[in-house]
Amino acid sequence: MADPVKSKRHWLEHPATQNFLIPIFAVILSFAVGAIFILIVGQNPFQVYSVLFSETLGTSYGVGQLLFKTTPLIFAGLSVAICFKGGLFNIGAEGQLQIGAFMTALVGMYTVGVPAFLEIPLLVLAGMVGGGIWGFIPGYLKAKTGAHEVINTIMLNFIAAALVSFFVTNLFNVPATVHTPDIAPTGRIPRFDTIFSSFSGSPVNFSILIAVLAAVAVWYYVDKTRYGYELRVVGLNSKAAEYGGISVSKNIILSMTIGGAIAGLVGTNYVMGYKYYFEEGFSTGTGFMGIAVALLGNNNPFGVILAALLFGMLEYGGLVINTMVPKELVSILQAIVIIFVISSNKIFRKIVVNFLKKRTLRVND
Amino acid sequence: MPYAVELLNITKRFARTVANDNVTLRVQSGSIHALVGENGAGKTTLMETLYGLYQPDEGIIRIHEKEVSIRSPHDSIRHGIGMVHQHFMLVGPMTVLENIILGAETTRYSLLDLKRTTAEISELAGRFSLTVPLNEKVENIGVGIQQRVEILKAIYRRADILVLDEPTAVLTPQEAAQLFRILSELKEEGKTIVLITHKLSEVMAISDHVSVMRRGKIAGEVETSSTTPEQLAEMMVGRRILLRVEKTEKKAGDPVLSVSNLSCIDKRGVNVLNDVSLEVASGEILGIAGVEGNGQSQLVECITGLLRPTSGSVTIDGMQIAGLSPKGVFARGLAHVPEDRIKRGLVVEMDVAENLILGLHMQKEFGSRISMNRRAIAENARLLITKYDIRPMNPEALARGLSGGNQQKVIIARELSRNTQVIVASQPTRGVDIGGIEFIHRTLVQARDAGKAILMISADLNEILSLSDRIAVMYGGRIVKVFPDNNVKESELGLYMTGSKSSSAQRASDG
Amino acid sequence: MISQIFSLAFLAQTIRITVPYSLASLGGVYSERGGVVNIALEGIILNGAFCATVGTYYTGSPWFGLLCGIAGGLLVAAIHAVISIHVKADQIISGIALNLFAVGITKFVLELLFQSSSNSPRIAGLPYIKLGFIQNQPDVAHLLGNPLVLLTVLIVVASHFIIFKTRFGLRLRSVGENPEAADTVGINVTWYRYYGVLISGVLAGLAGAWLAFDQHSFTDGMSAGRGYIALAAMIVGKWNPLGAAAACLLFGFAESLQIQLQGGTLPTQFIQMIPYLATIIVLAGFIGKSVAPGADGIPYEKEK
Repeated sequence: MADPVKSKRHWLEHPATQNFLIPIFAVILSFAVGAIFILIVGQNPFQVYSVLFSETLGTSYGVGQLLFKTTPLIFAGLSVAICFKGGLFNIGAEGQLQIGAFMTALVGMYTVGVPAFLEIPLLVLAGMVGGGIWGFIPGYLKAKTGAHEVINTIMLNFIAAALVSFFVTNLFNVPATVHTPDIAPTGRIPRFDTIFSSFSGSPVNFSILIAVLAAVAVWYYVDKTRYGYELRVVGLNSKAAEYGGISVSKNIILSMTIGGAIAGLVGTNYVMGYKYYFEEGFSTGTGFMGIAVALLGNNNPFGVILAALLFGMLEYGGLVINTMVPKELVSILQAIVIIFVISSNKIFRKIVVNFLKKRTLRVND
Repeated sequence: MPYAVELLNITKRFARTVANDNVTLRVQSGSIHALVGENGAGKTTLMETLYGLYQPDEGIIRIHEKEVSIRSPHDSIRHGIGMVHQHFMLVGPMTVLENIILGAETTRYSLLDLKRTTAEISELAGRFSLTVPLNEKVENIGVGIQQRVEILKAIYRRADILVLDEPTAVLTPQEAAQLFRILSELKEEGKTIVLITHKLSEVMAISDHVSVMRRGKIAGEVETSSTTPEQLAEMMVGRRILLRVEKTEKKAGDPVLSVSNLSCIDKRGVNVLNDVSLEVASGEILGIAGVEGNGQSQLVECITGLLRPTSGSVTIDGMQIAGLSPKGVFARGLAHVPEDRIKRGLVVEMDVAENLILGLHMQKEFGSRISMNRRAIAENARLLITKYDIRPMNPEALARGLSGGNQQKVIIARELSRNTQVIVASQPTRGVDIGGIEFIHRTLVQARDAGKAILMISADLNEILSLSDRIAVMYGGRIVKVFPDNNVKESELGLYMTGSKSSSAQRASDG
Repeated sequence: MISQIFSLAFLAQTIRITVPYSLASLGGVYSERGGVVNIALEGIILNGAFCATVGTYYTGSPWFGLLCGIAGGLLVAAIHAVISIHVKADQIISGIALNLFAVGITKFVLELLFQSSSNSPRIAGLPYIKLGFIQNQPDVAHLLGNPLVLLTVLIVVASHFIIFKTRFGLRLRSVGENPEAADTVGINVTWYRYYGVLISGVLAGLAGAWLAFDQHSFTDGMSAGRGYIALAAMIVGKWNPLGAAAACLLFGFAESLQIQLQGGTLPTQFIQMIPYLATIIVLAGFIGKSVAPGADGIPYEKEK
């Protein structure tokens, strides 16, 4: 049946179109602003951007590096996204992934001799438990005392950093280093280059499959299960949740815990797939970048994968353009993308409205 | 006597409604002028326009017989206008003194001159018997005192025209009496007062003139001494053309929902629900009439588990449900159409199909915990969309995009699909277009004919009169009158609703 | 041993750490009292430090550098203000993005100007006031004679009066607590919110300048989480200038204790945690509830 309301609306005004177009609009705008910085340096923006794309996407080594950087960003982005769905802002992915990755290494170093089919799930689980605990704390505090999760997760990031620093400088380290001993060899996740020789030299490994699986799981959980339904109702309208017999506090704790557990999976990439030990300072703000990834991916698990690929490309891309412009250009780009995404809703809608107005005027003439 | 305020031919339109339609109001200097009308008649909008919170689309404003332009509260304050809003505009964590001087501070060596200000305010407070604890934080004082702070705030700004919006809504009778003494003193001092209210007893007791508003227009203006509450009530509610609802004689069965001695004291310590008792039998609609804010919302929330009553009981078929969670209440067979569909009844960012299972989502037919049955949810949506003629006929349309009427149909469809014995419907047709109203009314009557017990709360007299089998009136947290049928004159209802008439402590189960 | 720890040098160390915390923390107080959450403090400090370094390096005048530091802080704060107040976008995300932006832009320009992505050349420090009474410990004398130390103390005390005793402070607090109420008495909510955020830019910019002068150079990421500690101190200090400064002093004390005890038996990481644990405990209401301004972080929508 024809829907009179729908047919009147221009396709640009449709929320689904806008959800899709706004991030793209923000990315394009950011690259345009980035071009100004490139011009300041005295380089040709087109040249710099073409090197950025060809060196990351054009070679299998580049793709390998890009994917290696993408994996942790997917975990962190999913962590932030699922909390967003529950109406919570998880700035604590950084701390959660520190604790999670450390737990993975800790369990790994004490379980030598366990066969791979048990060891790998065990270490994955250890990471999830570690991150989950670190997510549970702010969730519990929010549900029971109303303390804002934003401040608490920021504080817990620092506490996590201090805690793992204490462990890897005093208790569980290889003497004179700030890393743990190696995990059991059976806990290693193979690198791509053990199978595809073209990825040789790049640390990309099969933990990226875990990341993709995690994205599918988050999608299924949020969209297909009753838990996910309740989570979304709480996130979108907690008063309606209360009216519909859904426990708001239970769902707050649950989404923070799940978010933490997903962030805790970052260790699969670094600890199980790359270095085989936990090292202080292994993550340089991955958790914070997860916020950008989730925003750009519109909190949709598959959007998160795409956004993580873009941010992974930028992270590695900084290195390939470093001879022409300072590699920090990419941090600037990343920051501007975030600012444009949060500001775009308004700006983009205004542009659409003006565009449509002009068009209508022309048609009427 | 000269006019202090003249609002001439004011028209104010909002996106969908005309709040003030060519309204002219003249207030004599040094008088108390009451502005009365039902909810949504446009009283508050008119006064907020005078105070500069809205700009009129048409019309002019004259103050002390000079035309003025008022673009913001800043301008109105300059012209000597003060307003005490219904929801107080006070900053809780700041002291009474700080709240009074905010925006009109006196400084000395660039520090606030609290010493001088305190003296000034104490003098003012003494003059008008507005005793307030100046150094107490506003959040720690009662609403009655907060209101005095608001009045002092206006007087401190040298307001000689004072607008009070529903000032007694939150007050105890003693506090209200005191407020009126204060208002009389202010009048003696030569201040002009505009009093927005719906309580006719107050109008009769204190005002010099009354203007009655109805649906955005002035329905009449009279001198208080030459009118009666009956006449005012009639002006307020008007002569109504009853909507036709096909309705047969009720075939009421046994009482199903029964509320007895229900009371509720809210966080501020106000007794919002006072010993309410009522019974609803199967096959009847009990309509609760009343001006909003007289305890109807709290009654509904206490019945449906959203609010915990202080005392009393609520039973369905003899099962106690008072104090249960909403989930528990639902499980014992109650459907609830909440008064605010956007805030409570819907998740507007979700689609229609998902909204149609809110609160029913844990039922087996819609799948298990780890896998919801999409097909069943979609089937449920298709069925209800067709049955209740929800437009657009698209289960995947976001609830946000639906018209008010269709949003309300989604809620009613969902709640009736619970197939419960008891239905509590609060403001079931608020903001719904005529076509939607008819449909919803028909649906409710059908449910009643099918033997449901329906408790309907509405601020719309039309709705009450055309749907109810019995009518109860709430005023001040109590049920003040129960009519055994719907053969009631609007003005009679109006008198009870405005507190001008009362036959207290009557049980709604009579008749 | 006790006397060894609590020496004059220890006092100097504590002050050295406390000064930038206090300045930034006060900045947070102004911003949030006006209703704008300011997680961008970290980036403001960093940009302030960078601009102070560049200004001093090219003019040779630390005083001019100080002004540049303030300007650098103001710039980041102004962007945050526009995004938060004007565009009404999410203030928390804006803050995080600006912190990231500051890291990127400072390194970017650092590399352009000095061909290094980690260090600037050495710059002069602020001249100090000669104090007669502690000539035997020149380091301590220099520090206590630093005009910024004195300025910080003045700002702390003055802020208490500004926020609680002046017309400006009253109005600032009102727009942060209940902007609608402020609006009805004719106060311009937008302006006051801008003032709050911009003042935070000045103060956190000064904090950055302090770091640069103290170290006589800029190094990448030298704010090193100080903005977040300042935020923590603001919360522990219950959004009051004196409280925030006291919390900063406590944190500074703990940190310099940690430096003194380096290599000792007590793990330094546990001392590091003190500010963060204190914040969580205070927020949860275990020791005296700390409540944020009523409208903190909520954009003001005038239209109903």
